[in-house]
Amino acid sequence: MTGFEEYSTDGFYDEMFAPDGSARPAAQMLIERIEGFPEGELTRRQIAAEYALLRMGITFNVYADEQGIEKIFPFDLIPRIIDASEWEWIERGLKQRIHALNLFIDDVYHDQKILKDGIVPADVVLSSERYLKPCIGLDPPRGVWCHITGTDLVRDGDGQIYVLEDNLGCPSGVSYVVENRQLMKRTFPQLFGMSQIQPVEDYPSQLLNMLRYLVTDKILSPEVTVLTPGVYNSAYFEHSFLAQQMGVELVEGRDLVVMDGFVHMRTTKGFERVDVIYRRINDDFLDPKAFKPESMLGVPGLMEVYKAGRVALVNAPGTCVADDKVVCAFVPEIIKYYLGEDIIVPNVPTYMCWKDSDQKYVLEHLDELVVKEANQSGGYGMLIGPHATKAEHEEFARRIKDNPRNYIAQPTLSLSRVPVLIDDHFEGRHVDLRPFILYGEDIYVLPGGLTRVALKKGSLVVNSSQGGGSKDTWVLSGPSGTDA
Amino acid sequence: MLSRVAESIYWMSRYIERAENVARFVDVNLRLILDAPVGMQAQWEPLVATTGDDEVFAERYGEASREAVIRFLAFDTENPNSIVSCLRAGRENARSIRENISSEMWEQLNDAYLLVANTSEKWAMAEPHEFFTEIKLASHLFMGLTDNIMSHSEGWHFCQLGRLIERADKTSRIVDVKYFILLPSIWDVDTPFDDIQWGALLHSASGFEMYRRTYGLISPDDVVAFLLLDREFPRSVLYCLSKAEESLHAISGTPLETFSNPAEQRLGQLRSEFAYAQVNQVLRSGLHEFLDAFQTKLNFVGDDIYKTFFALRPINGEPIQEQTQS
Repeated sequence: MTGFEEYSTDGFYDEMFAPDGSARPAAQMLIERIEGFPEGELTRRQIAAEYALLRMGITFNVYADEQGIEKIFPFDLIPRIIDASEWEWIERGLKQRIHALNLFIDDVYHDQKILKDGIVPADVVLSSERYLKPCIGLDPPRGVWCHITGTDLVRDGDGQIYVLEDNLGCPSGVSYVVENRQLMKRTFPQLFGMSQIQPVEDYPSQLLNMLRYLVTDKILSPEVTVLTPGVYNSAYFEHSFLAQQMGVELVEGRDLVVMDGFVHMRTTKGFERVDVIYRRINDDFLDPKAFKPESMLGVPGLMEVYKAGRVALVNAPGTCVADDKVVCAFVPEIIKYYLGEDIIVPNVPTYMCWKDSDQKYVLEHLDELVVKEANQSGGYGMLIGPHATKAEHEEFARRIKDNPRNYIAQPTLSLSRVPVLIDDHFEGRHVDLRPFILYGEDIYVLPGGLTRVALKKGSLVVNSSQGGGSKDTWVLSGPSGTDA
Repeated sequence: MLSRVAESIYWMSRYIERAENVARFVDVNLRLILDAPVGMQAQWEPLVATTGDDEVFAERYGEASREAVIRFLAFDTENPNSIVSCLRAGRENARSIRENISSEMWEQLNDAYLLVANTSEKWAMAEPHEFFTEIKLASHLFMGLTDNIMSHSEGWHFCQLGRLIERADKTSRIVDVKYFILLPSIWDVDTPFDDIQWGALLHSASGFEMYRRTYGLISPDDVVAFLLLDREFPRSVLYCLSKAEESLHAISGTPLETFSNPAEQRLGQLRSEFAYAQVNQVLRSGLHEFLDAFQTKLNFVGDDIYKTFFALRPINGEPIQEQTQS
């Protein structure tokens, strides 16, 4: 193998090559370097990179038994490149979006103006299983609800970028962004001197700053913790990585206890007060006294302390109401309502099955659409119309009619592709992009984010639980095509 | 430091030390066999006895052959004290506290585990010396990293505590078992073979050269004195107890020679017993009984450490159910 002579974009939008097969300006230099490698060099480096991942223990658990089968999250060496001007547009769009979403969440738990003004139908919000009544009237520290967001972006065949969903719960993947970059630097040191790539290594510092900002009392060194469900959770590596990089304690529910109106952790010297909890446990499991009583992962009494303003929870409980895919469909209206602006990065067009007209259209076009449950993620609970069988179509038609509120549909996008190293040659594979946004004193967007790639030929599902892998994502800092 | 984290650090370090000691036992026995006089039976049972798992072994394998013992001690995942089980348990503990140790330590431990998990038993049987040397080196590398890049604060002291208590226990077991077996022949004659056997005992604690420089000639009494009561040799029981005591006091902040918790009291008593003991008295009163009692007392120290630092403190008088490691 020497290069891309045999590579074909197959009529898809390719992030690296224009339709006529010429290199996109931002990718020009990378392609030249890759073509300059001696025979077999890339394959050799790919194998070395995979071995390094195994050594570093950068793995996720496939299922949770005692022996815990660990797999590396597949990593492809060829980076995905975003030029400076496109990134500037994405960044603006994400900041606008998060700003508006935070105002929206605060509103629906307080005055509900947007519902009263009829911009978003009240019953859509209030009927969401993610709308948490115990959070009504709460004022999270500094007025921020959605501190950490991992918004999924996709590019359609015509080059347009859309927002697919926001992931305001516990978005995973940022540890892979940081680790992938380190791995790339180890594997291809010579590429980095040449290109001006925006750094991602400061994410842990940005995160720690944001978490500390939430402590409004005058506490000299606030105790920040990361709360994990435990070592058998599929994202455990990330929890541990973030705690390690920030130098804060990684705690499990059993390490925490509510006493005298505060949250404490159990230490070798007794109980120590905790001020901020970056929790990687879903709302339902946070506090068995407030939510699911059978939860063993949470901390009994946590919500009471939170309500009293004596601990900060990140993200704020209740935030996920904006993750409901039906609510998400209203984001353009939400932005217009609170900010008086037009949405910058558009939503994927969405049909809401609770609307009769939409439902009729969806049922007639099931073989063209992607149907999703309003509150499922991870590639579960969805129908990809063009790839599904007739029986599956019928099954979803029945489900939609039974519970229209719970389903939305979107056109099947022709996701853009990036070259991937397969054995000794390149093939195009579909990708999405998950940038990470922090909302503290300001809104910060990590340059790039996690590029997930569907490694199965032709597949559109990029989730790691379903055969997806990842790539390093390079946001260039200069104008495209120029040397630094 | 979180109690759960302290406990995991302590056990991480104990398990790695345990894996290293198992490798030492097997390696020395292999050497001993090479030097055994013609006609003498290779002895594999004492090896299993050293680890204290002789009953489990007999049940599962019966006869103590070379293959059976090496498999049981190195690769048997059902034997909780085999090398592979110890490294796995050490790694699982490390995995749950990765944020508290440096990435180099984690990678080294992960490497050691992958080494054993991916080693074919066939290769290890054919090249046992190479294999067990790798294990020892992996443990040394881990401990070296721990000493050189981990801050010598509370976590490091729990690491020390686990390592030293495990080592004190294992050194006492080496002395106990070997003394039993070697004793009859040694009273009879001073043959070269006796020298070799006692030498092997020292080798298994990597103490041969250090012993030579201290005592010169090899005599059973001096070997026992060296491995139990030496103040400077880092694998002797007294040395381990003294350093463990220092770490325990560094954790609590209580001055030495005083105590603020049961673990400090019991460890202090045990260390004093060794500090003021003489080898001829120990031998006269019965070495085996002495060591047996020592191991029991050391287990009590372990229990006290658990109760003092790791056990969940009850809140509002509610008792708490927990699982412990051993």
